[in-house]
Amino acid sequence: MEDKNIYEYTLMLADSSLIMGQRLSEWTGHGPILELDIAITNIALDEIGQARLLYQFAAELKNKQEPGSKATEDTIAFLRDAWDFKNLQISELPNGDWGQSVLKIFFLAHWQRQMYGKLIYSPIKNLSDVAEKALKEVTYHVRWSSDWVRRLGDGTEESRGRMQKALEYLWPYTQEFFEPEGYEWDGIFENAGEDFFENMKAGWNKEVSLVLTEASLTLPESHTYMRKGGKKGLHTEHLGHLLAEMQFLQRAYPGCEW
Amino acid sequence: MNEQPLWEVFIRNKQGLDHKHVGSLHAADARTALESARDVYTRRMEGISIWVVESRYIHASSPEDSGSFFDPANDKVYRHPTFYKLPDEVQYM
Repeated sequence: MEDKNIYEYTLMLADSSLIMGQRLSEWTGHGPILELDIAITNIALDEIGQARLLYQFAAELKNKQEPGSKATEDTIAFLRDAWDFKNLQISELPNGDWGQSVLKIFFLAHWQRQMYGKLIYSPIKNLSDVAEKALKEVTYHVRWSSDWVRRLGDGTEESRGRMQKALEYLWPYTQEFFEPEGYEWDGIFENAGEDFFENMKAGWNKEVSLVLTEASLTLPESHTYMRKGGKKGLHTEHLGHLLAEMQFLQRAYPGCEW
Repeated sequence: MNEQPLWEVFIRNKQGLDHKHVGSLHAADARTALESARDVYTRRMEGISIWVVESRYIHASSPEDSGSFFDPANDKVYRHPTFYKLPDEVQYM
């Protein structure tokens, strides 16, 4: 039971990183200027790097649970269907314009910083090792995306309008960040008390609101309908299309290498 | 976004070494220039410290002055510290 929880939790983290990385990689060659093209591609690569380490650990767990299953990081990434993916829905959403993309990074990176910030104390060594490496990366993502949110929110009328629109589009997807699924079990974290997720959420809210206020953006009304379910495999229409492209080669030519 | 100013990027790749010029980039302000320099020029562990300087603050000698600037030094070998006899006890100079 415990191993199954660890497995699913690891997938949730890994899938969120992989799908985010795959989505952001669509910017490659299309960034507003060369420097930013490289910057956002670096972030995509960081995400995919985190996903790989997590999938390698997940494959280990899977092979232990079901001897003979021959799971690898690749089979887990390329041979599961949309309903098996546990990524946060926000990671699969379309990139939209530059503002929407940086705001998506902003929300996710702040979530990852909270999560990895706790996970470095995990008694599960594989997870705490990944967290230690990833924490540095997402700290930079937080800095970089916060700068862009401030710059565009507090920029021209055009840029502020677009950021506000992006905020209204993305905000409902942030609700599921800190609503724990059954597998987000307290053995994964050190001393997770009753208000563990509440505290992380409060930390996230505080940091995010600070930047949004500086960016002179207005949070949507609290009765906005909030989306959730990504962590247990409920997804938007966008994930299937993303997977179709990402998994095509392994599906059409199983085991293909180059 | 092409009207963004140009910045020169200098990177120190080891403690104790000098910052070296590695290239340039466009950025709207110093903070972005530093971040872009990090993203563009330190992807392969090239650096532990970055300087950025807006290119317009660098004043350069011009090629047509090079004759009067640099050639006069050519025949003044006595400026090189090679005419001193060093005592044997001094090992590293």
